[in-house]
Amino acid sequence: MTRLLEIRDLRTQFFTSAGVVKAVDGISYDVDEGETVAIVGESGCGKSISALSVLRLVPDPPGRIVGGSIRYRGRDLLALSDEEIRHVRGRDIAMVFQEPMTSLNPVLTIGRQLTETLQQHLGMTREQANARAVELLGMVGIAEPERRLKQYPHHFSGGMRQRVMIAMALCCNPKLIIADEPTTALDVTIQAQILELLKELTRRMGVALIVITHNLGIVARYADRVNVMYAGKIIESGSAPDIYHDPRHPYTLALLRSVPRMDQPRRARLDPVHGQPPDLSRLDDGCAFRPRCSFAGPRCAAEIPPLMAAGQPSHAAACWQSAHVAAALKRAS
Amino acid sequence: MASAKIAMDAALEQRRRTQMRLAQAPVLVTVRNLKMHFPVTEGALFRRVVGQVKAVDGISFTIRKGETLGLVGESGCGKTTTGRCILRLEHATDGEILFDGRNLLELDRKEMNALRRKIQVIFQDPYSSLNPRMKIGDIIAEPMLVHGTEPDRAAREARVAELLRLCGLDPRFADRYPHEMSGGQRQRVGIARALSVRPEFIICDEAISALDVSIQAQIINLLEDLRDQFGLTYLFIAHDLSVVRHLCHRVAVMYLGRIVELAECDELYGNPRHPYTQALLAAVPVPDPEIERRRAHTIVKGEVPSPINPPSGCVFHPRCPLAVGECSRAVPELREVMPGHFVACPRV
Repeated sequence: MTRLLEIRDLRTQFFTSAGVVKAVDGISYDVDEGETVAIVGESGCGKSISALSVLRLVPDPPGRIVGGSIRYRGRDLLALSDEEIRHVRGRDIAMVFQEPMTSLNPVLTIGRQLTETLQQHLGMTREQANARAVELLGMVGIAEPERRLKQYPHHFSGGMRQRVMIAMALCCNPKLIIADEPTTALDVTIQAQILELLKELTRRMGVALIVITHNLGIVARYADRVNVMYAGKIIESGSAPDIYHDPRHPYTLALLRSVPRMDQPRRARLDPVHGQPPDLSRLDDGCAFRPRCSFAGPRCAAEIPPLMAAGQPSHAAACWQSAHVAAALKRAS
Repeated sequence: MASAKIAMDAALEQRRRTQMRLAQAPVLVTVRNLKMHFPVTEGALFRRVVGQVKAVDGISFTIRKGETLGLVGESGCGKTTTGRCILRLEHATDGEILFDGRNLLELDRKEMNALRRKIQVIFQDPYSSLNPRMKIGDIIAEPMLVHGTEPDRAAREARVAELLRLCGLDPRFADRYPHEMSGGQRQRVGIARALSVRPEFIICDEAISALDVSIQAQIINLLEDLRDQFGLTYLFIAHDLSVVRHLCHRVAVMYLGRIVELAECDELYGNPRHPYTQALLAAVPVPDPEIERRRAHTIVKGEVPSPINPPSGCVFHPRCPLAVGECSRAVPELREVMPGHFVACPRV
């Protein structure tokens, strides 16, 4: 497998009147060609900002990438000029956002929005671009593409809009698609259709996919590799079986235990994660999960744990107590 | 493993007992042939009705005292409108809603206001359902003022403190404003407000959908504790099928304004009969990569049709894998295929 994207020690901060918010605080991960990588976490954990950082789309001010490197096929995206990064966006790396209504321009036809990218990035003529747009809409499962091209976003349902977004993402044959909560706004049967479509198209075209989501089920179904984020850091990383069957970070374990599951007998009570996520502008020198953690010890307050090898070679967790977590898991089964 | 099995058996036994108790409980809410049709108008000056959105089109169900009925379905299926009709936030087009034997749709304003104390609601969005200019204490006290249940100021304040504690919040929060709280805490405030007038029946309209995963479980547990403590009856409207399975005694599945299947919870999830219910359950991903790999991913095709111009006959037939010619002609009635298990499909 060839390495496509290599993120090292990425730091993105927001400079607000209330202080510096460390939205992304030193994360590192890789994406290989054709691979599906999931970034899981709850709201405010920095998962979306980490994705926006890859394409340098973080609003500045107040946000700024303050450190680290993002190498796409060996090229550091953070060192590119504004002009150069514009060429990368859409052509090499494309993005699919959560809310298709706000990411499409309501006063332009779907056709215009699709062909603009094709003319802009690939230098196609209008006729070529139109033909390609028809082909793309057909590919994402939109019936009567010629007629639909002349319509406006409000003529499309939520699921159809998301298909249009995927068509737009695919139009320049990118090598990587970043999908930020691509199905959160959609109904469950439509969600399944869209995810299946993304998976099928990326596999067929050999496109790598970064899926950002809070839904543990989606991750289990589609991801090869999983990064769990909490308070701006990746706190656990591994293959999907590593994360789901052998979690080594108390947060991952707590998250998995807190959701009611359809594949298991109903429990009398759920085990929630107690407390609230921390304020990212007021982090101290210890582990950010410590106040909510049932495994926390003295070292957790004194030192921020780095990602350390745990279990399988593919598996790492940022926890001083990961051995205890593994032992507790063994006892429970 | 052994301890987990014992816990599971205990949970099962407890559910069986609850079920027996509920079967004898009196019916609190009866909805009969409820219809809510919204007119579609055209023209700005001379408005004329050009069509109708049949948001709810003839649904019937009952809820016993102490029971939680889940109402599930995708957006636009009419589940929220059903809740709003019961609250009389919408004027139902037709049908009956009996609460404790009285038809809510025939009550005048005064009678309805008196009864509304007993029927409360918890909304989805904890950000827009609390007035940002009011203190938490005043938000919770407002229903008591409206209904005059606690005229004495000191008693009201004591009750607010008690409610905050009950919902897992510090009583000192009474002096704070909504913007100082997180989503989960706001939802607790919304629950405290609903409880303030000692209701019997609470409609939870997507009450946990906007919350983060780790916070959802906290609120689910709180809703369960309150139900047990006060013998509350819930109508739990949600689209998250795994949460509904955890919390509800019986579940009704809606599609395009109609109930397509209704059964006791374990029966519905263990033995879904309607093709739509089956598709819905198959679409939910399970957080386990091994199971996901083995599972067949049969995905229902197409989208929910427009309720302005719904398909003839069974509204699900254009997407249904079992559909035959007959399905596009006759509207299938909800019929009992097993005791307590109702399905609206002639092919089952």
